[in-house]
Amino acid sequence: MSPAQWDLPPELCCRPMAFVALTGLDVVYNAIHRAIWDAFCANRRADRVPISFKVLPGDHEYPKCRTKRTSYEWYIPKGILKTGWMNKHLNLVPALVVLFYELDWDDPQWKEKQSECATKVEIVRTSLQGRNTKVAVVLIQKKTPLPPGEDLVASERASALCGACDLSGKSLFVLPHTDHLVGYIIRLENAFYEHAQTYYYNEIRRVKSHKEFLNKTTHQLLFVRHQFKMGFFSELKQDTQNALKYYRTAYSLIHELRAHETNMLEIKTMAGFINYKICRLCFQHNTPLDAIAQFRKHIDLCKKKIGSAELAFEHTAWMSKQFQSFGDLFDEAIKLGLTAIQTQNPGFYYQQAAYYAQERKQQAGQLCGQEPGMGYPAPDPLETPSGALDFYGQRPWRQGHQSIDPPDSEKEKQGILALQVKERDVLHSELIIALLSNAVAQFKKYKCPRMKSHLMVQMGEEYYHAKDYTKALKLLDYVMCDYRTERWWSLLTSILCTALKCSYLMGQVKDYITYSMELVGRASVLPEEQKSRIEKNLIKVLMNEVPEPEPDCDPVSVKAAQMLWSDRISLAGSNEITIEVQDYVPFVQCKAKFLSPSFHIDEPVQLHVYVRADCPHPVRFSKLCVSLSNQEYNQYCLLEDASKGKDILEPSSQENMCLVPGKTRKYCFKFVAKTEDVGKKIEITSVGFMLGRETGRHVYLNWRGGWGDAASSHETLQASRSFKRRTRFPEQHVDWDTVSIQSSTMIIARVPKISVQLTHEPPTLTKEMYCMTVTIQSEEDTVAKDIKLTAGLKPGQDANLTQSTQITLSGSEVCDDSHPALLPDIPLGDLQPGQKIVKPLYIRCVSTGSRILLFHVAYSVSATVEGKDITCKCHKDETVTVETVVPFEVAMKFVSSKFEHLERVYVDIPFLLMMDILSASPWPIELVNSEVQLASSMTAIDQPQSQVEGVTLQTSECASECFLLKCPPVQNGTSTVASGQYIISWKRKSTFSETSVVRTIIILPHVMVENIPLYVHAELPSFGRVRESLSVRYHLENRTGLVQDVEISVEPSDAFMFSGLKQVRMRILPGAEQEMLYNFYPLMAGYQVLPQLNINLMRFPNISSQLLRRFLPSRIFVKPQGRNGDTSIEAA
Amino acid sequence: MTTRDVPLGTVQIGICSGHVNYPLYIRSVPTQGELKFHYTVHTSLDVVEEKISGVGKALGDQRELYLGLLYPTEDYKVYGYVTNSKVKFVIVVDSSNTSLRDNEIRSMFRKLHNSFTDVMCNPFYNPGDPIQSKAFDSIVSAMMVQAC
Repeated sequence: MSPAQWDLPPELCCRPMAFVALTGLDVVYNAIHRAIWDAFCANRRADRVPISFKVLPGDHEYPKCRTKRTSYEWYIPKGILKTGWMNKHLNLVPALVVLFYELDWDDPQWKEKQSECATKVEIVRTSLQGRNTKVAVVLIQKKTPLPPGEDLVASERASALCGACDLSGKSLFVLPHTDHLVGYIIRLENAFYEHAQTYYYNEIRRVKSHKEFLNKTTHQLLFVRHQFKMGFFSELKQDTQNALKYYRTAYSLIHELRAHETNMLEIKTMAGFINYKICRLCFQHNTPLDAIAQFRKHIDLCKKKIGSAELAFEHTAWMSKQFQSFGDLFDEAIKLGLTAIQTQNPGFYYQQAAYYAQERKQQAGQLCGQEPGMGYPAPDPLETPSGALDFYGQRPWRQGHQSIDPPDSEKEKQGILALQVKERDVLHSELIIALLSNAVAQFKKYKCPRMKSHLMVQMGEEYYHAKDYTKALKLLDYVMCDYRTERWWSLLTSILCTALKCSYLMGQVKDYITYSMELVGRASVLPEEQKSRIEKNLIKVLMNEVPEPEPDCDPVSVKAAQMLWSDRISLAGSNEITIEVQDYVPFVQCKAKFLSPSFHIDEPVQLHVYVRADCPHPVRFSKLCVSLSNQEYNQYCLLEDASKGKDILEPSSQENMCLVPGKTRKYCFKFVAKTEDVGKKIEITSVGFMLGRETGRHVYLNWRGGWGDAASSHETLQASRSFKRRTRFPEQHVDWDTVSIQSSTMIIARVPKISVQLTHEPPTLTKEMYCMTVTIQSEEDTVAKDIKLTAGLKPGQDANLTQSTQITLSGSEVCDDSHPALLPDIPLGDLQPGQKIVKPLYIRCVSTGSRILLFHVAYSVSATVEGKDITCKCHKDETVTVETVVPFEVAMKFVSSKFEHLERVYVDIPFLLMMDILSASPWPIELVNSEVQLASSMTAIDQPQSQVEGVTLQTSECASECFLLKCPPVQNGTSTVASGQYIISWKRKSTFSETSVVRTIIILPHVMVENIPLYVHAELPSFGRVRESLSVRYHLENRTGLVQDVEISVEPSDAFMFSGLKQVRMRILPGAEQEMLYNFYPLMAGYQVLPQLNINLMRFPNISSQLLRRFLPSRIFVKPQGRNGDTSIEAA
Repeated sequence: MTTRDVPLGTVQIGICSGHVNYPLYIRSVPTQGELKFHYTVHTSLDVVEEKISGVGKALGDQRELYLGLLYPTEDYKVYGYVTNSKVKFVIVVDSSNTSLRDNEIRSMFRKLHNSFTDVMCNPFYNPGDPIQSKAFDSIVSAMMVQAC
């Protein structure tokens, strides 16, 4: 039997459509007929009625109808359903035969044509004898017909034609061959469809009518057959609801059949067919849950109906097919818009189908493999006279046999044997793989990555069984990493075992080594003896020998593999295999670390590499090398087997390069960093570990970054969480989990052995030359060479500070803007051990605020590290924050000669400029000198001498001085004039260092100067005495070019009697001065207000006597009258 | 975290770690065909993951721990349960085992969860390590015996 034996017949799987035969059309030679036929069958869209058309010749022989049975009494059915039945009704027996005939109503030869047509109808009728098939006639006409009823000739001739052909009026159609052909055709086929439906309706009734003749004992098969037929006719009628009903009944009836070994296959076959129909219709009705429920029921009912034990593989094949076809149906429904979900999708059915296919393969192996020499029986028991079966699901050697026991046991044996032999040749793996790959596609679609992986593993295993090792390995390799990532070691181990077998059988050295390494390691759950076996094989491969075959391999393949491996030996040159460890979990683990996150340049960089093996036997390696980011150091981090050429894989536990299982080994490396690497990072880029001889085959395990394989990160995390007390190991032993990772280190400069001290007296005073003394003392053992000092404002501060800070080496001159804020690389020469350098620096801060000053001392010194001489550059930084404050504040004011505050000064009238210098410095300040530089608009009345020269001010002390000045006349009566500047020369009084004098210039404020028309001043003694006359002389000066009338009066006072003009009016000539004399006679002692002098200028009414009075003294001190000889009062 | 899987008749219990989904505990009765059950537990995580991600969006934290029947296969029923810390419990039971209804499975899960909580409370247990607890073993064994 062909592998397609289990496939469902196509007539079952198609959608049944009403069958209408068209005759009388010559589609080959007649263009009109061709057009009509094309209109029927070409481009049928979904909205056209479901009919399958066929063009048949007018005299076509339709299948003969068997004579109708009148009684079922003696009839014993031979099977459930004939194999030809469905095809017969789909493609052979039409529901309607349509005769096309070219005839116009006004045809001149009407009579003749009418009878010819009638003859043709008769021929068709004859060949359909016994069938209920309808016949219809279509007249192809050239003219467009008139509307019905108008053409009397037409209706008359139509009824005549109907009569002649024995047709009802409903079966005669007219097809005008005009432009609207398709429209007419659609109307025609709708009419045909109605006829066809009537035909199938009648067929259903006909089948139904048999029921009453049946009895339940002998005609059980017929119950099923009839229900199936009614269902099928209903489908042809497009009545899917009823079809489903009939099929369901048929399905329940089929399970009422007496089942035994001989008819089991027939029952299952038919049950499968009917189930298929039901599920299909359920999906079509958009009730997928019904379909699934039906299918489950079907499987539950049939699962146990195995039938003949010798043909058990038939059952599993059938089961597999059931699942597969349901999967197909489901998938098809999805393509038509059904939504599936993760837990209910076609994938599950394909998977189950694959499962049964696997089962089938296994059973076939058991049942068909015993006697390999057994030949195919002759004559072929599977041969039938017709070449096909009469009934579905029957045995070819006993067709139609329905009793419980087989008629001929010898034939039965031969038949079974023939089936078994056939089964042996079936390519089961192909079937399984196809099903699995279907399932994989589905699970991929429905987000089941793990299910997908699982199925791919199964596919891989199936390829392995099918001896397609390349594909097997490809699939297994693909999914392996998923299981590795998810840490399902049991599953990974099983996959690895299969993969190892594949690579062994193919003689793939690299894969073989990779898988072995993982299977021997900690990710493998294999028992110890298996690991031991694999490790021995691995060592053999590394020593270029043929490994022992893997267990349970096909002996033929093993032989071929051994040949392959032997070939590999002869090819052996130096073949290197590199394994990137991060993708695997090999049996060697590695951790590389720097001992410290940073190393000084004058100490050796230390690096430890920890290596551990998880294999059952000790293993020797030939090389351990560390690659660093600066490859120049690689040479120092290399451990090579000195005994090259020996059989290095021989384990010997004493040696350094032998790993004992479970023990952590530590390898220490050190090297001296290069001076140019100071400030750079050194990283471990990888650690390499070589197994095998360098000259021969060797494996190079490569840990990128110096540690970690596919499982380590999780292990590290778990170890870090672990509560477990780290047991103290003896010196040589290291607890693997406690080894931390330090995969990079910084090379930093040597620690400087010098001291840098700063001596100064903060804060600095604005604009002074602030002295800071830097003392550098060497504590080195050797000469410190090329000492360079960089001093000044630390870069990176406010930009304004750079502008307002100056630094210089010489304190003798005052800095200006040309000096920089930072003096770089001041060469200071060499320093012998213990020697020191003192360097004064002067800093001038123009603005107040705090500054960070940097003192950076760099030098080089030679040192010996690990016997290597290197020149180390060292440097030491000192920073200091310095505040800048103002040394003193100067307050200035203009006052009158009476020390009254002046808003403005008057031309030619003397006034005082007063200065108050308030020290704000925490240190004493010596005022060296002060000086007023007057502007041209002011003149000093006497030679101005500094009154504060040499004065030393302590904190918050104040020094004052004043200058007598006057203003020459100004142009416009009033104007604001500049006063000049005040210069103070000062210095900090310091015991610490010689300080230089700083000149601080203070701009004097502007002042308003005003002309005055009349100047008054008085001349009077400094005091008076009671009852002693004192004379007061008032001078009035006319300062204008005009003659002025002045009115003067003196007001009486209680304290004085006086003599002189009490009230006078006089005239003063331009530039002239008038003098007035009064004698005051004090009456009371003490400060007494003088009698008030009122001056009234007639010409300048705005000059009040008040203003003028300011120039005059207002009071005088009057002493009491002394007694004669009483000198004490005199003295007081 | 844990995936737990109990096939009954053939009964298997698997517990898987939360984000990485590796097994913390797997036990099956009988022990032959164990590998196949490991695969069953592993593949069922697809459904568990999908269910968790779906629930997370809709209901936030207020979710039912018991996920119910994950998917039916021909021979087994696979049930799932997820703790709040995303430890997954899976029980696989023989399809033919009709004595175990939803309620029984639910209470089995609850028992497992309680027992698992006890394991977690053990200060000497490092979360994430495979479970090696006699008390847990005996509870699982008892449950399996009862279920078979």
